Amino acid sequence: MLREIRPAILVLVLLTAITGLAYPLAMTAIAGVIFPRQAQGSLIEKDGKVIGSALIGQEFKEDKYFHGRPSATVAPDPNDSTKTVPAPYNAANSGGSNLGPTSKALNDRVKEDVEKLKAENPTASVPVDLVTTSASGLDPDISPDAALFQVPRVAKARSMSEDAVRELVTQNTQGRFAGVIGEPRVNVLALNLALDAANAK
Amino acid sequence: MTVIGWIQILLFCAIVIALVKPVGWYMTRVFNGERTFLSPVLRPVERGIYWVGGVDEGREQHWLTYTVAMLLFHVGGFALIYGLMRLQAVLPFNPAGQTAVAEDLSFNTAISFITNTNWQNYGGESTLSYLVQMLGLTHQNFLSAATGIALAMALIRGFTRSSMRTVGNFWVDVTRCTLYVLLPICIVYTLFLVWQGMPQTLGAYVDATTLEGGKQTIALGPVASQVAIKMLGTNGGGFFNANAAHPFENPTALSNLVQMISIFALGAAMTNVFGRMVGNERQGWAIFAVMGILFVAGVAVTYWAEANGTSALQALGLSGGNMEGKEVRFGIVASSLFAVVTTAASCGAVNAMHDSFTALGGMIPLINMQLGEVIIGGVGAGLYGMLLFVVLAIFVAGLMVGRTPEYVGKKIEAREVKMAMLAILVLPLMYLGWTAVGVVLPSAVASMANAGPHGFTEVLYAYTSGTGNNGSAFAGLTGNTLFYNLTLAMAMFVGRFFMIVPAMAIAGSLVEKKSIPASAGTFPTTGGLFVGLVIGVILIIGGLTFFPALALGPIVEHLAMNANTLF
Repeated sequence: MLREIRPAILVLVLLTAITGLAYPLAMTAIAGVIFPRQAQGSLIEKDGKVIGSALIGQEFKEDKYFHGRPSATVAPDPNDSTKTVPAPYNAANSGGSNLGPTSKALNDRVKEDVEKLKAENPTASVPVDLVTTSASGLDPDISPDAALFQVPRVAKARSMSEDAVRELVTQNTQGRFAGVIGEPRVNVLALNLALDAANAK
Repeated sequence: MTVIGWIQILLFCAIVIALVKPVGWYMTRVFNGERTFLSPVLRPVERGIYWVGGVDEGREQHWLTYTVAMLLFHVGGFALIYGLMRLQAVLPFNPAGQTAVAEDLSFNTAISFITNTNWQNYGGESTLSYLVQMLGLTHQNFLSAATGIALAMALIRGFTRSSMRTVGNFWVDVTRCTLYVLLPICIVYTLFLVWQGMPQTLGAYVDATTLEGGKQTIALGPVASQVAIKMLGTNGGGFFNANAAHPFENPTALSNLVQMISIFALGAAMTNVFGRMVGNERQGWAIFAVMGILFVAGVAVTYWAEANGTSALQALGLSGGNMEGKEVRFGIVASSLFAVVTTAASCGAVNAMHDSFTALGGMIPLINMQLGEVIIGGVGAGLYGMLLFVVLAIFVAGLMVGRTPEYVGKKIEAREVKMAMLAILVLPLMYLGWTAVGVVLPSAVASMANAGPHGFTEVLYAYTSGTGNNGSAFAGLTGNTLFYNLTLAMAMFVGRFFMIVPAMAIAGSLVEKKSIPASAGTFPTTGGLFVGLVIGVILIIGGLTFFPALALGPIVEHLAMNANTLF
């Protein structure tokens, strides 16, 4: 059995060097050449400044922008490092609410959000994704229904016609992959950038 | 539930089934030491490793030596991860300036990765440097997966060899699995994932100024290279805290489908490897059928429960199912399917928060793990776990007809049955025992995020996942406390090695037996009767063990939910 000690050390060291250093570093080099944009995080720049990533949701509160889903991400409390404070769309600390199906806290939160949204658009039914937090807290997408629900508010805030805003939503709606895989969705940041661009014209 | 939802599920199943034979064929060649199309490149590397390591690839090992070699290998792996985590502040590749990880969290994470569990008490982007992610976690993702497959190969050799003493060479099995199976697939897979949008960079986190003028720090890193092996090796430890729900760790519906397929690919193919090695592929397909039936049943329940949503959401007039803790790009169906896949296999990656699933939707992942993760299972671990149940099923069948039971030419006798029972019983001892402690101790109760029966389920899920070496969580539970770090580490350790050692003892005992040809009295193990019998044994043993615990958790919660009770 003692003869197994040498391979236990040396085979481990060699396989670790291959899989833990050579492999990730080589992949970083190759990916950086073939897919430089994705490898760097699909960042979007405007006027030379990074304004976000195409894949990472960000917080929108103003009426003139489409809003993403509620986010349950947190950040360390600046006054007490053992506690956390809500910090929606914190892309340095992803996570969900982890509230269960019989949670009173969850029910209260959803109820409050539903009431707010109903006041904003009394005619349409509230889409479920607009009042539930995502798993990552960074969901970049909303459902097409959730985007259409917000059209009246956005159109009013921008003094645009609802049809023009609805047209932008349709243009920014992505279908299922190959018509089958996944769900139809609207990337909120892309839609809001398109809105700003339409206004600038 | 929708038609397009079921089409997605069936498409997934069809692709997995289509991969079983070709992957099984390739892996059989690798472990039989035959030439493959990669040999011209990899054979010199392989020989180099043996030369430096002092491994004589022609010399095989007794089951005890094989097991000791495996354990020694893990001692080294543990020391490496623990050391890297403690020292990360002074080591390179740390652009985010992460500080040293605490002793108990480092201990928990090191145990977690050597046991192929990858329980996340650490926060990924908020805790670990790039060096730890690569050299610590990525490397152990490879090696713990290769170990699982190597052990399954040793057990298979126990069935196929006649009157021998050795079950293979651990160093050769691990090296060949890493070089010929895992690494080549991961290289192609990584590039696919980056193409889909996954970052692969050593650059620092980026500060963005959002459209509304806020500041957003975006965590990056060498994500794709780690995610490839995390899925393929059924490890499941996330680069980011939110795991495969994070848009960088699972950018598109297509990346999600491929990730689910890669979780099952090797585990499913191991049934075919088994069939080929025992000389009858139908033996492998029979085992695959057992797994497949249990899997589809689980998917149906979870999908149904999640699509129905909760009564609290319905009362507010919200339709479209339970979207709390799910991502829009995956929706209800891909989130439900992923949850069942990741717990059927011993992966533990999540693309939705299981803690926010409905009571019944979240119960299926729990049951999958409590059945011993034999539905496809971890790479290698699923097969040897399933073979333990097969041994029991054959024993039960033998008792019924009064004949010495035999399986693929080997007599199943007292020693094998005892060892199989030991391996299977040690699991509930860990997850039920520690749950009992966890729900009584005030400091442990304080970690629960949800009140009522859901809080109990959080603790039960944690120990079940740890013992089963799964790694998924009802993540509301604050696991990063001294109590949970230490007790979960123990559950993971016992769940892994107290299953492996008896399985290896069975391999050692079987390999010495003579193979006997099938006769008219041999119970056929390729037909529907056998499949039904194994499913029955799995459900009865599993059901009797954990049904009372489930009744206190998800079942009570489901009834409470229907009565509109909130906690």
